Amino acid sequence: MSRLDVRKTYKLYIGGKFPRSESGRSYEVVSASGEFLANAAMGSRKDVRDAVVAARGALAGWSGATAYNRGQVLYRVAEVLEGRRAQFVDEVAASEGLTVRAAGAVVDATIDRVVWYAGWTDKIAQVLGNLNPVAGPFFNVSAPEPTGVVGVLAPQGSSLLGLVSVVAPVIAAGNTAVVVTSAARPLPAVTFSEVLATSDVPGGVVNIVTAQTAEVATWLAAHRDVNAIDLTGVAGADGVDWAALEAEAAGNLKRVYRPALADGAPVEPDWNADPGLGRIRAFVETKTVWHPKGL
Amino acid sequence: MPKFEYAPAPESRAIVTIEKSYGLFIDGAFTRPKATFPTLNPADETVLAEVSQAGPKDVDKAVAAARRAYEGVWGRMSGAERGKYLFRIARILQERAREFAVLETLDNGKPIKETRDVDVPVAAAHFFYHAGWADKLEYAGLSASGADVPRPHGVVGQVIPWNFPLLMLAWKIAPALATGNTVVLKPAETTPLSALLFAEVCQQADLPAGVVNIITGDGRTGQALVEHPDVDKIAFTGSTDVGKAIARTIAGTSKKATLELGGKAANIVFDDAPLDQAVEGIVNGIFFNQGQVCCAGSRLLVQENVHDQVVAKLKRRLGTLRVGDPMDKNSDLGAINSKAQLERITSLVEAGVAEGAERWSPECTLPAKGYWFPPTVLTGVSQTHRVATEEIFGPVLSVLTFRTPQEAVAKANNTAYGLSAGVWTEKGSRILWMADQLKAGVVWANTFNRFDPTSPFGGYKESGYGREGGRHGLEAYVTTAPSTLTGAAR
Amino acid sequence: MVTVSTTTRTAQDLTAQARDVLGVSRLTNHALTSWLHGLPGVDQVGCEARAASLGTRSVKTTSKAWAIDTAIGMIDLTTLEGSDTVGKVRSLCAKALVPDPLDPTTPRPAAICVYGDMVATAKAALGDSGIHVAAVATAFPSGRASMPVKLADTRDAVEAGADEIDMVIDRGAFLSGDYLTVFNQIAEVKQACDTAHLKVIMETGELVTYDNVRRASYLSMLAGGDFIKTSTGKVQPAATLPVTLIMLEAVRDWRDLTGTQVGVKPAGGIKTTKDAIKYLVMVSEIAGDDWLTPEWFRFGASSLLNDLILQRQKLATGAYSGADYVTID
Repeated sequence: MSRLDVRKTYKLYIGGKFPRSESGRSYEVVSASGEFLANAAMGSRKDVRDAVVAARGALAGWSGATAYNRGQVLYRVAEVLEGRRAQFVDEVAASEGLTVRAAGAVVDATIDRVVWYAGWTDKIAQVLGNLNPVAGPFFNVSAPEPTGVVGVLAPQGSSLLGLVSVVAPVIAAGNTAVVVTSAARPLPAVTFSEVLATSDVPGGVVNIVTAQTAEVATWLAAHRDVNAIDLTGVAGADGVDWAALEAEAAGNLKRVYRPALADGAPVEPDWNADPGLGRIRAFVETKTVWHPKGL
Repeated sequence: MPKFEYAPAPESRAIVTIEKSYGLFIDGAFTRPKATFPTLNPADETVLAEVSQAGPKDVDKAVAAARRAYEGVWGRMSGAERGKYLFRIARILQERAREFAVLETLDNGKPIKETRDVDVPVAAAHFFYHAGWADKLEYAGLSASGADVPRPHGVVGQVIPWNFPLLMLAWKIAPALATGNTVVLKPAETTPLSALLFAEVCQQADLPAGVVNIITGDGRTGQALVEHPDVDKIAFTGSTDVGKAIARTIAGTSKKATLELGGKAANIVFDDAPLDQAVEGIVNGIFFNQGQVCCAGSRLLVQENVHDQVVAKLKRRLGTLRVGDPMDKNSDLGAINSKAQLERITSLVEAGVAEGAERWSPECTLPAKGYWFPPTVLTGVSQTHRVATEEIFGPVLSVLTFRTPQEAVAKANNTAYGLSAGVWTEKGSRILWMADQLKAGVVWANTFNRFDPTSPFGGYKESGYGREGGRHGLEAYVTTAPSTLTGAAR
Repeated sequence: MVTVSTTTRTAQDLTAQARDVLGVSRLTNHALTSWLHGLPGVDQVGCEARAASLGTRSVKTTSKAWAIDTAIGMIDLTTLEGSDTVGKVRSLCAKALVPDPLDPTTPRPAAICVYGDMVATAKAALGDSGIHVAAVATAFPSGRASMPVKLADTRDAVEAGADEIDMVIDRGAFLSGDYLTVFNQIAEVKQACDTAHLKVIMETGELVTYDNVRRASYLSMLAGGDFIKTSTGKVQPAATLPVTLIMLEAVRDWRDLTGTQVGVKPAGGIKTTKDAIKYLVMVSEIAGDDWLTPEWFRFGASSLLNDLILQRQKLATGAYSGADYVTID
């Protein structure tokens, strides 16, 4: 007779804690082949609102930490992820309908991606910053700074690799994030938030809200206390007009990271491709400082 | 008799196991010890262990192992994989931090407070930083064109000094490996032990055999390594004289070299300096690591109108500097690394007094055994004095004065060296103006002796050439020449 | 038993002496500003690095035992709550008289620190034990009241028998550059203190920069303060190691300059033995051992006493102790 397992409850991850949705709602998550997997919390606009508050609260500490420290934390995320590899392989295989082998490759790529970004934190300033040889007796330096609170619509299809590929660059650069997960494939994100919670990532640096993208995206896009928004997750999202989201974002001139397009329609990028610096560049501001040189 | 006595607070030696004798670490394993010589604890002259003298055949073997590892494994490995090995090494150094700190203090003579708080953590940080570059070299601005990934040289021969044994090892090995080179490294003859323990770390990290080879020995081993025809690049930190000899040796060959040599840095204090912090900066500048630092602030250039005030504050401050057992957690100043070095310091200070400088040391009781020199301040020094021109490499500060910023610059630059300089003033513009004028590879303003893996370090003029650390530090380890490997990755 | 020597000073005396120190014929705000702003600046990073470095001193065994006993003897055991009652103050005094009923060799704190209207209660409870009564005064903690009110507050405490007065400076005046007002207020309060010794609370958390802490220290000493004190404990941050370091440098340099020794009291936020020992290390290495007595150095604290007692018990028994073995005050 086989042992009855203890099933996980999938909640939100906000401010370092795991609350249920304030709306009390949940929705059924099914596998790629239609089997019931779990009930996930259905995040509301108020959950998104709370997540933004948490992200804003965590920003000073995270952006004020040394780049070295952020790198150490991200590397720890990779360590913990590696330790839970088997769990993630199961979850990705079920969520995305992949074979164990293919899911294994996805999880490996995810861990390696986190390691890649862990190694970027203390190099961004060296690659994106520089001295400017102005025509006068002035010291002049341009340096990148984190933009602030970044809203992220995580990819609908790639529930782990894609998720991590959009979140890691945001926090590597010193920003904090409010992430709306894939609507149909939210479970790996919740398990990933457990990794974050046990990896010395301060509460509020990453906040993960499982929700119907169409319902909450506008609220995130219009939120005046969000400094930037990544629209990647509009590709494949039901009922989402990304142009409208971008127009909302213009209300406080958020920096907008547009979705990849193919034939004019949003598509999910190839997550196995070299990420490049684009997602880091998109979420930093350049500050230029002058100072005279003289006796 | 001070009211507040600090009772002895010895760090325990038990955490580290020192073998009786060590072979060489070649191709992933230790050879049997052979032709051994002792390494001493300079604090009490006891023998810590016997280490092997690598002869020309051993150097051959090590270079051959490095070459095999480069061509067969490391030179073909993806940057991401190389990076992961370096992350492992960094983590293990953090895990074994206390062990390394104790070993380093025993072998070098510097206080446990320094090895624990500076040497070991900064060494680990160097590995972390460079681990991250391994798969990002195309972003480092090093390529001849566009987005090419810069290529490694191949086999690198590295010779490091005794003043920061583990830290210098990290400064050398981390960038070399990150960029895809393999390494043969020779630690200094008086401080081989942390490098030999590092070999264990490489084994624990499952680093492929031959990627890192550690060969111990004296100057002859170093020379054999530098002259070896199958070494593509040399990295050397040590005395200017040996640096010049290396430069002559490789002249006309295709061997590249970077040299990090001596210094006689000026630590410049203006009348509007934050004085108490400036005094700390002076103390840190010349007494950190017993002054055995290439970038030590060995010349205090103090503005004449605050000379007396600064010297008085300095002398009072030195009254709380604790000289003694390096394993005691409260010791600020430890032993001089060797008898030879102690003799050099002693004779130079005598020369300084003979030249007319006034010598002062705070009261301190020096242990009977071991190599000890009290913290010493020489005032009334002028530019022509030997103690102002020659590197003493000990806890000896030469004090000179200046009147104007231009005079400070002239005196600071009036040396064949050019490694570092310090500037103390509350005026931002003057800091930046001075930084422009000073011929030094590192300028510290309102601070001193700060090291970070992201910050390039290296000298002008006879302090050497090439930089270590930061994006600039990667330059020396890559080449734009076509790869010598057939079917190499990238 | 604490001996604190002090003499009555008049505001007039203090002003005359200040003119001497500054070398001016009239003590004006301009003169004070030039003097204070001419002091060397403080580099924040360097100052904090020094404080942190001193914090790595390892104080063990016999030196730790000495440090614990010394620290206990330097405590101004404090209760400054709106809800203080006669019962609460009596209980605190009893704690000062018998800090550890399990060990009668435990030293006693230097003083009890209470609001002025509790001085009489404290005095009666402490009898002739030699433990001093320090009273906060001058519209503590904000200092926002008229001078007559602040002086009346001071006199009431002195008449009730306070041995020591902890006043607050007018931070509004300081931050707006009105140093003369700050000076005059301190001098007048010093005069009202009569033979009680005066601690001047600078409220360093509100002054924010170390440059301001240095200036406020010099101003307070110039105006006749017997002690300079960091904080009221009602504002965060209260005492910190770097701030106290600046103050210790100030009293050291002041003695060199004028021959007068002034004491230092960090207050608020010092909860553990480890913290207290770090402060003692700093006193020893910055100002010097002359300051290592309750006459010249105090801790403004409440929960610190029990932590010191717990550590004392551990040194005596070899085992870690717990809350059940120390008494509540």
